[in-house]
Amino acid sequence: MGAEFVQLSLTPILIGVLAAIACAIPGNFLLLRKQALIGDAISHVVLPGIVAAFLITGTISTWPMMLGAAGAAVVAVVMIEAIRRLGRIETGAAMGVTFTTLFAAGVLLLEQTDTSSVHLDVEHALYGNLESLIWLSATGWTSLWDPVALADLPPELTRMAVTTLVIALLTAVFWRALKISTFDEGYANSIGILVKTIGFGLVIVSAVAAVAAFDAVGSIIVIAMFICPPATARLMTNQLEHQILWSIFFGAGSAVAGYVLAGYGPLWLGSSNAVSAAGMIATVSGLVLGIACLYAPARSRVTASGN
Amino acid sequence: MTTTTHPALELAASDGRTADSDKDVDRDAGLAGSALAVRGLTVSYGTKPAVFSIDATVPKASMTAIVGPNGAGKSTFLKAVLGIIPRLSGAAYVDGKPLETMRRAIAYVPQRASVDWDFPTRVRDVVTMGQFRGLGLLGFIRPAHRKKTLDCLERVGMADFADRQIGQLSGGQQQRVFLARALAQDAGLYLLDEPFAGVDAATEKAIIDVLKGLKAEGKTVVCVHHDLATVTDYFDHVLMLNIRKIAEGPVSTTFTGPMLQETYGGRLATAHIDQLKLD
Ligand SMILES: Nc1ncnc2c1ncn2[C@@H]1O[C@H](COP(=O)(O)OP(=O)(O)O)[C@@H](O)[C@H]1O
Ligand SMILES: [Mg+2]
Repeated sequence: MGAEFVQLSLTPILIGVLAAIACAIPGNFLLLRKQALIGDAISHVVLPGIVAAFLITGTISTWPMMLGAAGAAVVAVVMIEAIRRLGRIETGAAMGVTFTTLFAAGVLLLEQTDTSSVHLDVEHALYGNLESLIWLSATGWTSLWDPVALADLPPELTRMAVTTLVIALLTAVFWRALKISTFDEGYANSIGILVKTIGFGLVIVSAVAAVAAFDAVGSIIVIAMFICPPATARLMTNQLEHQILWSIFFGAGSAVAGYVLAGYGPLWLGSSNAVSAAGMIATVSGLVLGIACLYAPARSRVTASGN
Repeated sequence: MTTTTHPALELAASDGRTADSDKDVDRDAGLAGSALAVRGLTVSYGTKPAVFSIDATVPKASMTAIVGPNGAGKSTFLKAVLGIIPRLSGAAYVDGKPLETMRRAIAYVPQRASVDWDFPTRVRDVVTMGQFRGLGLLGFIRPAHRKKTLDCLERVGMADFADRQIGQLSGGQQQRVFLARALAQDAGLYLLDEPFAGVDAATEKAIIDVLKGLKAEGKTVVCVHHDLATVTDYFDHVLMLNIRKIAEGPVSTTFTGPMLQETYGGRLATAHIDQLKLD
């Protein structure tokens, strides 16, 4: 457990952890605003955006894809709002219509075009390629201090690290306004907080998290991490500040545990094939949520109010 | 789907404009002496007007009740005055100046049921929200802020509950916490939406005592109020609404049988406007 771990497992685990944290932080607010499905919607609409970017540029280089994905996210937000207003239906339904339609469009685009030559397919979209994000030039833990080896880190890691850091910083800076407007939007508005801007900013930040995470880890993890760690964290505490920390802990923990289980679990069970790390990470986060529902301290809040 | 404004609303809006320019002098005279003045306020959800061309003037240091049946647009009126929901037309003035420039002077207490009390936070955190303007986005919560939070809780009799989870409060306690949050703003004008709805007698007493204290300090209190039996006890000024303004003035001369009849009995007006929507 030295050189090989650093070379093959360290970077995928770190990327998984960072992706989980980047999605979990805004996920807390989406959950409390009863907009958790926005994370779902965004991660679905990212697909057609990426395919469109590929069709236009003909390569799978990162920036066009990120732009395509971000563009699709904006289209989705506008579409949801338009359907809601014109159709006079509630937000949840508008989101459902939007993300299934756009995801289906993405799948159609994929099948109709010759993207099979590059590694861009539905499976990739769902599961990402976490296992392939290895650090080839690493020779052991000492590589962490070796500038030459560091220069060869997978770009996904740097991108995910920067994204997560920016999200954490934005959350800290706008904490107070975010909290007040999430708890009581009307009141927040009355004291001059720009609640529309805050709400839109939250969706944008979620979209950025989803897009950055999507490329590395696929939409399964993105969807799971927007919802499972925050929901689990909510069951652990009755204080938002602590809830955020718990959600980071559960997100990161699921990423590590899921990655390890995916790699070694089947071996322990006597099978020779590893299973998808992304699928396992999402499964672990769901299982943790299930356990929390049964045993977590703040789960029975309605009964707690009686004493 | 039609996106055009309903003809009736356009009519009202233009009516308002003409009336405004004709009575500019009157209007400005009213503005200066009032704590809150509303002019030509119309709000609509879709094509159905919820509040229709309302003028109202709230005297300084008054206790003003807003009364009207369910769905009369009382909450809508408050929210539109505050700019929380968009106005189709109209404007609001505080101490004669546009409300948008006077936010510091206003404290709003929303309807208790408008928030999710399962939100993960404590009583003291909610009251601290009232000091947002002083704290800003990143200001540190200093001992002075903590003291202020506790003082405000003390005034509503909730100091012992500072560290309590808000989900564990009774309805009356929730209402007092909301009032404490408004007190923490040190405002001159308090706008409260049904502060007495569904609260116990002790809470009702605690709240009315605080509100009367505010009035005694020269502050202005406006409450949406549902309990007609207490209007004359608690308030000195009244605004009677049912989508349109039915009446406004001192409680003694305005809060009368015929006016109540018109406000509450006259369902016809509502039904009539509902029908307009259909054609
Ligand atoms: N967000 C909304 N969307 C659509 N209609 C609304 C909305 N809020 C209130 N209404 C409608 O507007 C009317 C006035 O509501 P409201 O101001 O809450 O009345 P009140 O506070 O006097 O009971 C009601 O008919 C209500 O159904
Ligand atoms: Mg109301």
